Amino acid sequence: MRPAVLVYGAAAVLLATCPLYLNAYWVDVLNSVGLYGLLALSLNVILGDAGMYNMGHAAFYAVGAYTAAILNTRFGVPLLWALPAAGAAAGVFGALVARPVIHLRGDYLLIVTVGVGEIVRIALVNDVFGLTGGPNGIFGISRPEVLGYRIRKPHEFFYLIWGFTAASLFLLYRLRHSRFGRALNCLREDPVAAEGSGIDTGRYRLGAFAIGAAWAGMAGSLYAGKMTIISPESFSFWESVVIFMIVILGGSGRLAGVLLAAFLIVGLPEVFRGFASARMLVFGLVMMVMMVVRTQGLFPPRPRTFGLEAGEEGGER
Amino acid sequence: MEQFLQQLTNGLAVGGIYALIALGYTMVYGVLRLINFAHGDLFTLGAYLGMTLLVSLGLRDGLGPVLGVAVLAVMVMGLVGLVGALLERTAYRPLRESPRLSAVVSALGASIFLQNAIMLVYGARFQVYPQDVLPRVAVTVFGASVPLMRLLIVGASVVLMGALYLFIQRTRIGTAIRAAAIDQGAARLMGIDVDRVILIVFLLGPALGGAAGLMVGLYYGQINFTMGWVYGLKAFTAAILGGIGNIPGAMVGGLLLGVIEALGAAYVSMAWKDAIAFLVLIGILIVRPTGLLGERVAEKV
Repeated sequence: MRPAVLVYGAAAVLLATCPLYLNAYWVDVLNSVGLYGLLALSLNVILGDAGMYNMGHAAFYAVGAYTAAILNTRFGVPLLWALPAAGAAAGVFGALVARPVIHLRGDYLLIVTVGVGEIVRIALVNDVFGLTGGPNGIFGISRPEVLGYRIRKPHEFFYLIWGFTAASLFLLYRLRHSRFGRALNCLREDPVAAEGSGIDTGRYRLGAFAIGAAWAGMAGSLYAGKMTIISPESFSFWESVVIFMIVILGGSGRLAGVLLAAFLIVGLPEVFRGFASARMLVFGLVMMVMMVVRTQGLFPPRPRTFGLEAGEEGGER
Repeated sequence: MEQFLQQLTNGLAVGGIYALIALGYTMVYGVLRLINFAHGDLFTLGAYLGMTLLVSLGLRDGLGPVLGVAVLAVMVMGLVGLVGALLERTAYRPLRESPRLSAVVSALGASIFLQNAIMLVYGARFQVYPQDVLPRVAVTVFGASVPLMRLLIVGASVVLMGALYLFIQRTRIGTAIRAAAIDQGAARLMGIDVDRVILIVFLLGPALGGAAGLMVGLYYGQINFTMGWVYGLKAFTAAILGGIGNIPGAMVGGLLLGVIEALGAAYVSMAWKDAIAFLVLIGILIVRPTGLLGERVAEKV
C-alpha cells in the first residue's frame, strides 16, 4: 500500500469516529465543514477542473436550498426526496444563466457571476413569485428522514452530510478521470489546442457549469434540512467568496486539498472563537500570508499525464 | 420634469463617486491584470479617516466650510494613498509571478483584513458624519430645486477626474503608466521602472477612492464598515462597463451607471435598484464583451 492511501485511510477513520468523542458543538462545526467541503467540491468542477472563474456560486446553493424548502413546506415533499429536484433546479438554472456568458474571458466571467449571485439574492429578498418569503425567508422546513427515522441531532446529521460528501468525493473523482473530465482539463490548460482536437468547448464548459451548479443545489437542500430555516442572508456574496477561497487554497483541482482547505477555512476560525472580535482580522491576514507562502495552494496541481507515462494508475496520486 | 432633474443630478453625484472608485480598479487592472478586491475597503477607510479628521481637527472652523473640506480631502487622499501603496508592497508584490487566482485570494484576504481593522477601531455600528459641514441649501436648476452639496460633489469628482486625466496624458509618469499598461516587458526595456509605476498606481487609485469615501460620508451623513463591498462592486461594474483598463471608460461607466441606477430606482423599482447595475452589466457584456470604450483583448480565447 502506498503511504498516501494510508494517510487518507487514517484521516477517514479519524473523521468517521469523531461523533463518538466530540460534543454536539464541535460535531456541528464539522457538519458545517462537510457542507462547505461539498460546496467547494461542486465549485471545483467549474473553477478547478474547467478553469472558469465563478464567484457567484452561492446563487446555485440558494436555488437548491429554496427549491427543497418550497417543495417541503408547500407541497409536503420529504426533504431527501426534494434533494434530486433541488439539484436539477440548480443545474438547469446554472445552465440557463451560463448560456449567454459562457464564452466570456476569465475576469469578465468572474464579475458576471458576482452579478448573478447578487441578482439572485436581491430576488430572494424581494419575494419573487411570492414563494421565497422575502427577507425573513422560509421557516418550518421539516428535518430529513432516512428509512422512516427522523434526523435531528448534530451527531446524526454528521453521518448524513459526510456520507453525502464522501459519495460526492468518489463520484467527482470518477468524473474528473472520465472522458468528460479529461476533456475539461485539456480545455483549461489550452483552449485553443482543445478546440483543435475536436472538443466542443462551449458544450463542455456549459456541462461543467451545470454539474457544479447541480451539486451546489443538492448541498443547498441538505443545508435547508439541517437549519429548518433559510433566508437570503445565508446566500450572500460573502458565501461565494468563502467557497472560492476554499477551492483556491486547496490548490484548485486537488480534491483532497479542497477538503483540507474546508477544514482550515471553516473549522479553524471556530477554534479561535474566544477572540471573537479579532478573529476575522487574523483570518484575512492568514489568507494573505498563505497565498504568499503557498501560491499554488496547499496541494499544487500536478501536470496530468493521462496514463501515458505512469501506466494505468496515471493521473492524480 | 422636476423629479427627472432631481434623479438625474442625484445619479450624476452617485455616478461621480462610482467613477472615482472605478478609476482605482481600472488603473490597477490595466497595469497588473488584477482585480484589487481590497479597493472598496480603502474607499471605506477614506470615509472613516475623513470623519475622524473632520471631528478632531476643526478645519472647517478655521478655513471656512469649502476650503476646510478641500484641505481635509487632500489629507484623506494622502493617507489612503499611503495605505494603498503599503498594501501593494505586502499583499500583491510577492505574488506578481504567481498564478492569477492566488493574487485574487490575497486581495480578498486584504479586504477582510481592512474591513475588520476598521470595525475593531470604530465599532460595528453606523457612524454619523457631522451634519453641518457644508451649507445645506438648494439651488434652482431649470425650475428644479437641487441640493448644493450634490452639485459640489459632481463638480469635485469632475475636477479630480480631469486632474487624473491630465496627469496620465501629459506627465512623464503618466506616460510611463500608459506604457506599462500596454506592455510591461517592453516598458521595462525602454528603461521604465515598472515597480515604481505600479507603486504610483497604487498611490493614485486609493487616493481617489479615499476622496470618494469622504464624499459619501458628507453626502449621506452616515457610514458603515461594510459599505466598501457594495460600492466596490458597483464601481468595478462601472469599470467593466466602460472597458476595463481604460481610464476615460471608467469615468463614463461610473457616471452612466449612477444615472441608470437613479433613474431605474425612480421609474422602475426601488427594491430592485441594486440589481439594475448588474443586469446592465450582463446585458452590455453579452452585446459588447470589451465594454463601451474597451479596445484591448489580450487573453487567449
